[in-house]
Amino acid sequence: MKKITLNIDDKEITVEEGMTILQVARGAGIDIPTLCYHEKLEPYGACRLCLVEIGTPPRTRLVASCVYPAADGLVVKTKSERVIQTRKMLLELLLARAPGAKIIKDLAEEYGVTKARLRKTATFCILCGLCVRYCAEIKKADAIGFIGRGIEREVMFIPEIATESCPSCRKCFPLCPTGVLESNFMLVQSLLLKQ
Amino acid sequence: MVIDNSEVNVKRINQILATYKGESNLLIQVLLEIQKELRWLPKEGLIRISQELNVPLRQVYHAVTFYKAFSLVPKGKYTVSVCMGTACHVRGSPRILDRVEQTLGIHSGETTPDFKFSLETVNCLGCCAMGPVMVVGDVYHGKLSLDQVRRILDSYD
Amino acid sequence: MPKLKSALELEELRKGIVSRRDPNRLCFTVCSGTACLAIGSKQTFAAFEKELEKQGLKDRADLKPTGCPGFCEQGPIVVVYPQETCYLHVQPEDVAEIISQSIKGQIVEKLLYVDPVTGKAISRESDIPFYKYQKRLILGNNRLIDATKIDDYIALGGYKALSKAVFDMSPEQVMAEIEKASLRGRGGGGFPTARKWKSTRDAPGEPKYVIVNCDEGDPGAFMNRALMEGNPHSVLEGLTIGAYAMGSHEGFIYVRQEYPLAAENIVIAIKQAEDYGLLGKNILGSVFDFSMKVHKGAGAFVSGESSALMNAIEGKVGEPRPKYIHTAEKGLWDKPSCLNNVETWADVPFIINNGADWFASIGTEGSKGTKIFSLVGKVNNTGLVEVPLGTPLKDIIYKIGGGVRGNKKFKAVQTGGPSGGCIPEQYMDSPVDFDELTKLGAMMGSGGMIVTDEDTCMVDFAKYFVHFLSEESCGKCVPCREGISHMLDILTRITEGRGQASDIQLLEGLAKMLKDASLCALGQTAANPVLTTLRYFRQEYDAHIYEKRCPAGVCKDLIAFYIEPDKCQACLICARNCPVNAIEGGKNLIHVIDQSKCIKCGTCFDVCPPRFSAIKKISGEPVPVLIPEQDRVIQRKG
Repeated sequence: MKKITLNIDDKEITVEEGMTILQVARGAGIDIPTLCYHEKLEPYGACRLCLVEIGTPPRTRLVASCVYPAADGLVVKTKSERVIQTRKMLLELLLARAPGAKIIKDLAEEYGVTKARLRKTATFCILCGLCVRYCAEIKKADAIGFIGRGIEREVMFIPEIATESCPSCRKCFPLCPTGVLESNFMLVQSLLLKQ
Repeated sequence: MVIDNSEVNVKRINQILATYKGESNLLIQVLLEIQKELRWLPKEGLIRISQELNVPLRQVYHAVTFYKAFSLVPKGKYTVSVCMGTACHVRGSPRILDRVEQTLGIHSGETTPDFKFSLETVNCLGCCAMGPVMVVGDVYHGKLSLDQVRRILDSYD
Repeated sequence: MPKLKSALELEELRKGIVSRRDPNRLCFTVCSGTACLAIGSKQTFAAFEKELEKQGLKDRADLKPTGCPGFCEQGPIVVVYPQETCYLHVQPEDVAEIISQSIKGQIVEKLLYVDPVTGKAISRESDIPFYKYQKRLILGNNRLIDATKIDDYIALGGYKALSKAVFDMSPEQVMAEIEKASLRGRGGGGFPTARKWKSTRDAPGEPKYVIVNCDEGDPGAFMNRALMEGNPHSVLEGLTIGAYAMGSHEGFIYVRQEYPLAAENIVIAIKQAEDYGLLGKNILGSVFDFSMKVHKGAGAFVSGESSALMNAIEGKVGEPRPKYIHTAEKGLWDKPSCLNNVETWADVPFIINNGADWFASIGTEGSKGTKIFSLVGKVNNTGLVEVPLGTPLKDIIYKIGGGVRGNKKFKAVQTGGPSGGCIPEQYMDSPVDFDELTKLGAMMGSGGMIVTDEDTCMVDFAKYFVHFLSEESCGKCVPCREGISHMLDILTRITEGRGQASDIQLLEGLAKMLKDASLCALGQTAANPVLTTLRYFRQEYDAHIYEKRCPAGVCKDLIAFYIEPDKCQACLICARNCPVNAIEGGKNLIHVIDQSKCIKCGTCFDVCPPRFSAIKKISGEPVPVLIPEQDRVIQRKG
């Protein structure tokens, strides 16, 4: 396998080709926050927290490190001003959506996001898709999926399949960053039992 | 008159599915045809589609809730689509929508109790020079004025 | 019918068709694009059929339904050949006269176009200023073609380019010609077409796919609709030539669900092309095979994004993928796929027929060829305008468009749809091409041009676009899903009079994040309408926030309708028309509006006779106290 060398935060790192920037960074002990990433699943690129700045000024741009292929000669900054500002805004948005989630509160504190400028929607599910993707790619039961689009997008258990598969499995529950998944399932279960 | 008979529905769905021979990439085309034929997508149909096309049920549900063309509840005989594209907006389509809602007694997204009309908004029909535009069934009505609305809707039985 | 097996056979067919057509024979053409159909051209056409039958003229005159010529404001449009006499707003009751006059070689004066400047009537279509100042290379044939008859296209030289490409040129030569012409994508991105074709050709993997993007989601744009409905073969021919150049044998045409007639006509066109051997196996008897399928959309703007469109063709939900590996290399089913806009494909036969140098002689240094624009909104001549790239905005809006309707004051032109921006008066000299408008914060986009006037509130206008995008966002990534939703919240508050001083900074922060962090171009460009209106119309935002005033008199929560007592003539018209009976008054009694009942629909404002103009919109100040009842009696002078 061909070897490539890239520069992350002024550190020259040589790896085998075929990895993403995130994989290279984590392998070298460089911290990049993520919410929708999981080593066993196909990278999803939805939370955008893993954004890093690539290129040389003035021609730089932000890319999702979980999906961007590491390339020879690539220059990456994981904590540039632009990256930090973007992460701060993303965390403000996530806080409005899941105000009580520990993982988001911790990240918000780390990045100095204190003011609540946005209207709280408090739906708690941040649509990271870890549950949906785990059930589709690893468990292969497809018991849970997305419905709707835009701000109406939701995660939904498929009743016909979930009633059979989920009670004995439950493997996706601990993956949920906000912890709302388990409560969601209990609610669905009780509604179905009612029928 | 809405077809509310499960057996008839499934029979017609099976007929349509037979012509698609299990090609999973035609999911959206199949859904469009069934929606056009039955004026809605009954749940039994979604399960059959999932089985026949070998597509996970969750993907079928995502498709039917993602696209505006699909309805999980029966729609009226005539769908009234009021165009809310920019050109029509600038020519007063919000007022046309108000008048249609007043005339039919329903809001956008709803169906009249007699299942005659379903009302929806659409984000551009491409008749921008004829704005404001509304489609009833498959007939287009352009250069609409407020007083034409009732006359047009009354002409449908 | 037997398939054509050589370039010669195609040429023989063409000659045969042309020889059977008498250029001096009377022919009535009726525009049958969706827009004219929307105002009754079907009935006009039927009237022609009936009347020609009745007058026993069926074998002396032809009747042809044609594609959209683009002069939509004046439809239904009828053009009589060979004189090329153009009649506007033709109703069924006008038909008999048109026929009887045309037989005698005379014209019907009252249905002609009248030049508002000279006051003269113009009978020849190509003399009408709207058409005269255009360069209708791509759209021009729409008026001569019945889209359901391939012979019409062949008669005009159709498929000659395909024949030339397949027999006289190698795929590399075709590629070189497109590169020399410097064709750039017409769908909004403006990406160099030859570069995309080359990537597809050179990328490893088989099969290779070519795709037509007819999702045309920008509200206000209908160029692709007109081409696909009116001249589908031009697109098919271009696609086939491209497939030949790239080594593709399978194509897809993605048509949005809102364009049923376009889908219908392209399906008919494909069948007719296959019947002639112009599509399918051994095209024109050559060794080149190419076939295509039609895929319909189901109502989602985001599915017009190229990676989303490919997901939709694969049967998945049409959401975008992160595009760090170009779809030209890994597209449909991870195979090399070249997606281009309808108009881009339609440019290809022209380049092959007339040569790259000819194409490159039109336009500017960086933007070659012509572009079709849809000019709509508050402009006199709404419709499709095709001009060389580099034409100044003012020429399009004033010279061809006839200026702002109703003599109102121009405010801005919105270009590029929801990804674009507003351009105010001071930049009317700007040439319209891929690069100039971007400098102003807007973009040319796919060609939509929406003209606004003094009665358009720019904050409401920005809100309109953000609302549109909030409904169309796929919802996958946080910046777009949440960011657009919050931008909409803020803009709504501002238009409802609940704006705060910190709102502008918050909007700008969200805009920056959207641009940098969104997964696809929908989110990345979502803030453009907001940013351009902030840049050029900041005073309107400030008025809404600090004065609770809507300068254009649009935002319902910030306006009140008021009947001026010294102008009201108590005609009762407004009172009768008010849908909620909010107007009190009587004969000789000055009318007053009960503000607690008023729903701000504006009907009274519209119906008050212009000679009185007694109703005004008040914004940013309190409504005057109503004069006491006893003082409302009007003393008429004897």
